[in-house]
Amino acid sequence: MIILLAGLVAAAICCVILQDLLKASIALAGLSAILSIIMFILKAPLAAVFELSVCAGLITVIFVSAVSMTRVRSKDEASEMAKARRKRFVLLPVLLIVLLCAALILIWPHISALIPYAGVPMGGQTEQDIFWNQRQADLIGQIVIILAGVFGVLIFFKERD
Amino acid sequence: MPLLFIGIPLIAVVVLNAFYSWPDRRIALWAGMAAAPIQLALAIADTVYCLQSGGKLTSQYIAGFSVDLFSAVVLMVIGLISFISLLVAKNTVKEGRFSFGNAILLLMMGMNGIVMVTDIFSLYVFIEVTSAASFILIAINKKRDELEGAFKYYLMSALATIMLLLSITFLFALAGDTSYSAIAAYIGGLNGNYPPALMASMILFAAAILVKSGVVPFHTWVPDAHSSAPSPVSVMLAGAVIKVSGVYSLMRIYRDVFLYDPALGRVLSLLGLASIVIGALGAIGQTDIKRMLAFSSVSQIGYIVLGLSAGSALGFAGALLHFFNHATFKSLLFTGSAAIVMQTGTRDMNKMGGLGEKMPVTAISSIIGFLSMAGIPPLSGFWSKLLIIMAVWKISGWLAAIALASSILTIGYFLLLQKKVFFGKPAPDMEHVREGPGSIVFAEVLLSALNVLTGILSPFLLVYMQGKNLL
Repeated sequence: MIILLAGLVAAAICCVILQDLLKASIALAGLSAILSIIMFILKAPLAAVFELSVCAGLITVIFVSAVSMTRVRSKDEASEMAKARRKRFVLLPVLLIVLLCAALILIWPHISALIPYAGVPMGGQTEQDIFWNQRQADLIGQIVIILAGVFGVLIFFKERD
Repeated sequence: MPLLFIGIPLIAVVVLNAFYSWPDRRIALWAGMAAAPIQLALAIADTVYCLQSGGKLTSQYIAGFSVDLFSAVVLMVIGLISFISLLVAKNTVKEGRFSFGNAILLLMMGMNGIVMVTDIFSLYVFIEVTSAASFILIAINKKRDELEGAFKYYLMSALATIMLLLSITFLFALAGDTSYSAIAAYIGGLNGNYPPALMASMILFAAAILVKSGVVPFHTWVPDAHSSAPSPVSVMLAGAVIKVSGVYSLMRIYRDVFLYDPALGRVLSLLGLASIVIGALGAIGQTDIKRMLAFSSVSQIGYIVLGLSAGSALGFAGALLHFFNHATFKSLLFTGSAAIVMQTGTRDMNKMGGLGEKMPVTAISSIIGFLSMAGIPPLSGFWSKLLIIMAVWKISGWLAAIALASSILTIGYFLLLQKKVFFGKPAPDMEHVREGPGSIVFAEVLLSALNVLTGILSPFLLVYMQGKNLL
């Protein structure tokens, strides 16, 4: 489990710091794959399947197709931007790592007490029951958010006459 | 009944898009203009029902939606502000009217969902719906500063989403359920002995919602998003969106789930006070009319948060009344600014002057809006601020005194705006300026009348509510 969690963090860091967007999106897919294995071990197979199919599969396809539509910056442009960025944000990763470590040391004892809750069976209810009978409000919310997504794509990517 | 608030806009969107080739693309605006008053009428009926019976309406067909007095008032605000926004859009949105109308309907659905759900995860889902629709609306013209404003809002929202989800996870693990009542029962049963995970989830939830509300120190996105968005979207953002996805959620969760936790209350009161002062000081330093109004929103939302933090029925009533009043006077001021920007072609107040003669309705309505905001009797803002100050006075005299003194700052930026925009000699290139179009003037007159009427009726309403033991 610890190896998997370490792999998860490594994939996340790769995903953020890799310069090549294509490689970064593949790192993101790797992250999702590791996460789904963790979910599977924690006895949440349904969530694992969703994570693997949607996040690792579908979203990667969308990212890769979006990245393939972009233009690669010339080397001079890229190095100049990287230099400016390095000057401005050199302390940020160090600060983040220190903060994260401090937070983990402080919070971990309390979080570890919560872990046994994960994977507790939902009192004999089936997934169908939870999705279609108990979480109807969320389903309506999802329908609306999909509609909003469609309009977003239509508005931002459709060239006006 | 509650399902109608989601159903009507949803049917409108489906019908509009089932027949894509409408001859007149303004049909989406008209559909919104029909849906919003229907929502307003339904919400008024619900408010009267809840006020008289003291009960609430629950959806029979879909689990998880219900409307009580608090929700009914907020649904009224959403209906009213959507209608005003569409009135402003009728003359100011020239391109993409079809998409604009649809996005406003989606935004209404998202906000109505936030108001009616009884579960923190459903609340999160509808907050995301509202945010997605808002990003689209802010950046609808795809101009550089609009995209920048939307992107800043998006980044802050992403931060809020992470905190919200983490908090919901903790609360689910602790209480074993995500419904408001189950979490409240769990917290109530602890008698103040909170485990650290609960405290962490409370802090994360409050921080996430404060980002959405634009309270100091999370207010940085508010001026950018408000000033760069198209005018009708600014009306919608200031009048409804930040208040429903932020302030409403905070009020609902703090009262019904966190049961007025006193420690969180102290933090909220300090943040509320900081918002009041910093928002007002920020407004004084602006030359862009819409940025000034956005900073003033930060300040006024501070009053709502301060009233809520008192942790009493009186404070809550004051906060709710100020919620309603802020929606009316701030959308009135943004409507006025829409007319001014449309006619003068600039947002820079230093380039304006003497517009009072050219745009009399806008000038008078702006004065009414500002006097109401500054808390001058008998306008609506006076009563809500009075209730808030009274509630806070019982907790701490100092807090109340500082909040009261900050009203002077409100008057300060009010005078600054009035002087620069409406008084003095007209600038040479402002000779051609005329009063705004009919729909905007209608919106200004409607909102001004509402401000005066609410002010006159507030004492009677408060006496009635006291009789019903609601204060």
